[in-house]
Amino acid sequence: MFAGIDIGSSSSKAAIIGDDGRLLSVSVHNQGAGTDGHRQALERALALAGAERSDIRFLVATGYGRMRYEGADRQLTEISCHAKGVAWLTSGARTIIDVGGQDSKAIKLDAAGNVANFAMNEKCAAGTGRFLEVMARVLDCRVDELSEIAAASVKEVPISSVCAVFAESEVISRLSSGERPEDVARGAHVSIARRIAGLAGRIGCQPEIVMTGGVALNGDAVACLSKELGHEVLVAPHAQAIGAVGAAAFAWEMARAAK
Amino acid sequence: MNMNERSVTSKELLKKLTALHYEGAAKAKAEGRPVVWATSISPQELLETMDLATVYPENHAAAIGARKEALVFIDEAERDGYSQDICSYARVNIGYAGVGKSEAQDIPLPDLLFCCGNICGTVIKWYENLAKELRVPMIFIDMPFNHSFHVPAHSRAYMRGQIEDAIEQLEAFTKRRFDRDKFSEVMRLSNATCEWWKKATDLAKAKPSPLNGFDMFNYMAIIVCMRGSKEGYELFKLWHDELAAKAAAGMGPWSSAEEKYRVMWDGIACWPHLSTTFNALKKHGINMVTSSYPESWNLRYETNDLEGMAAAYSSIYANRNLDYDIGYMKKLVDEFRLDGIVYHSNRSCKLMDFRQYEVQRRVGELTGVPSVIFDGDQTDPRSFSEAQYETRIQALAEMMERGKGGMGL
Ligand code: SF4
Repeated sequence: MFAGIDIGSSSSKAAIIGDDGRLLSVSVHNQGAGTDGHRQALERALALAGAERSDIRFLVATGYGRMRYEGADRQLTEISCHAKGVAWLTSGARTIIDVGGQDSKAIKLDAAGNVANFAMNEKCAAGTGRFLEVMARVLDCRVDELSEIAAASVKEVPISSVCAVFAESEVISRLSSGERPEDVARGAHVSIARRIAGLAGRIGCQPEIVMTGGVALNGDAVACLSKELGHEVLVAPHAQAIGAVGAAAFAWEMARAAK
Repeated sequence: MNMNERSVTSKELLKKLTALHYEGAAKAKAEGRPVVWATSISPQELLETMDLATVYPENHAAAIGARKEALVFIDEAERDGYSQDICSYARVNIGYAGVGKSEAQDIPLPDLLFCCGNICGTVIKWYENLAKELRVPMIFIDMPFNHSFHVPAHSRAYMRGQIEDAIEQLEAFTKRRFDRDKFSEVMRLSNATCEWWKKATDLAKAKPSPLNGFDMFNYMAIIVCMRGSKEGYELFKLWHDELAAKAAAGMGPWSSAEEKYRVMWDGIACWPHLSTTFNALKKHGINMVTSSYPESWNLRYETNDLEGMAAAYSSIYANRNLDYDIGYMKKLVDEFRLDGIVYHSNRSCKLMDFRQYEVQRRVGELTGVPSVIFDGDQTDPRSFSEAQYETRIQALAEMMERGKGGMGL
């Protein structure tokens, strides 16, 4: 069996692929780099696959914490692993939009599903999951509730600051001047969608567009992004753990190539 | 050869000349002779002819950056009211003008400013500002941006006039006559130095490249500061010969690792993070073999042809239009057999950032070579994230590896 582990800034993900190349299990644990979240994610994925650590013949680590993870046969970037995961589980994707905890990226794929080019956010939290976490805190809800809240919006309250810190005070003043939380949540999604559309534009966004990363689970944010891009954005299966799936797929391929 | 008998290496000479350069300026000041501050690609031939001790604030700021001392001066400039969005070379230099000393390298304050507008518009405001703050005269040579592919004839004539006028201003400033014979000699020598600089950096076309491009960053100091001197000429000739010998012996850039991939570096170095940026590349066997720098100081023209000299200074990458820049990058990809390109999105340099995405897109389309952009700054250490840089470089390595049939496929 083959394992992939994706140690992000705010969560850890693991995936196991069997000898026949089939995806056996995935797991997500809400603790990222600097914690032992990766161990828990891997143990859970192993348990789900009915396997033990000693059954793993090759392990690829990816994500922000990849370099500090001991026990990996190889470390690869999130960029390659997201592309591989999407190619493994879907077909026809030409653009991947990945929005994770502290970065967001747009990846352009060639016809074979390999990375042709990519663009990432600048050195700040604008347009990343962290931005939505800040928004959720101000709105006093959980991040996974934002989508539902925004769905009840009747108008968008524009948030002009791209900086998460400035946006926080902007939102507080909007709320105190009587704007509804639903509309503010929608505004936050539109803001993040615009930022990501800018990234996607840089690499020449082409359909099919597939979204990965934790924010892909936020239906309202995905809808806002579809609107910004003028094209439907599909959500990848196992969107949050697809980097780990890609890492496991690389593990499978590399072990075979080494034979 | 016995190590004790061996002649001086170019690296030793580089160090010696750099020290000499700064000592010369300090000595001039101490003896009551004027000191000039000049922009990095200005026609120093005029200053050399006039025997004026000159220092180059951009190089000085780079040296301060590399010694991790930039924040002292950046803080000083920002406290003084200069915005964080101004080029960090300008902030370091303006800060230095206030503080007056540094651990990395001291330079005397200027008695004259010599500014050429071929590199960007920022330098004009920066130097005007210095002129006012320090109450010293400024000579400005305008070299308009070339919106057409070639330097237009009217521009050449205009710039020749600018240079003639600068000569008159120098005569008035020094109260000495401008010696045309000496000027010819300086022109000849400057061209010869540039020729060897270009020849040396061209040796990186060999595979593996005998040159590690980060060394080129170091040698740049002398092509900026001493290209009109005999010593500068000798340095580049020597460096060339050393690299040629290495190439002939099939030696690569490092003794501890092999060159697996060859890339160009677009933009200025990240001086405060030089070793981080270098090591992350080397770890993957990536050698930076070239950049836009070799050509920036390949300033060539016929001796005594003032218009040709103006055109050469106006023809640098930073002052040319998009079509030229893209064609030039493609040429580098082909001639240096590059596997990838690293673009430094430099927070300081609006001029370079302005066109970078478009250059990346079009060069990518033309050549099919993968590339990455990372965020940084040439001297402000705060605008760089090591983890983000490493991820981007590794992603580039993975794209290049796949291009060579790797990654288990
Ligand atoms: S770094 Fe850019 S903005 Fe600063 S002096 Fe150089 S060319 Fe001008």
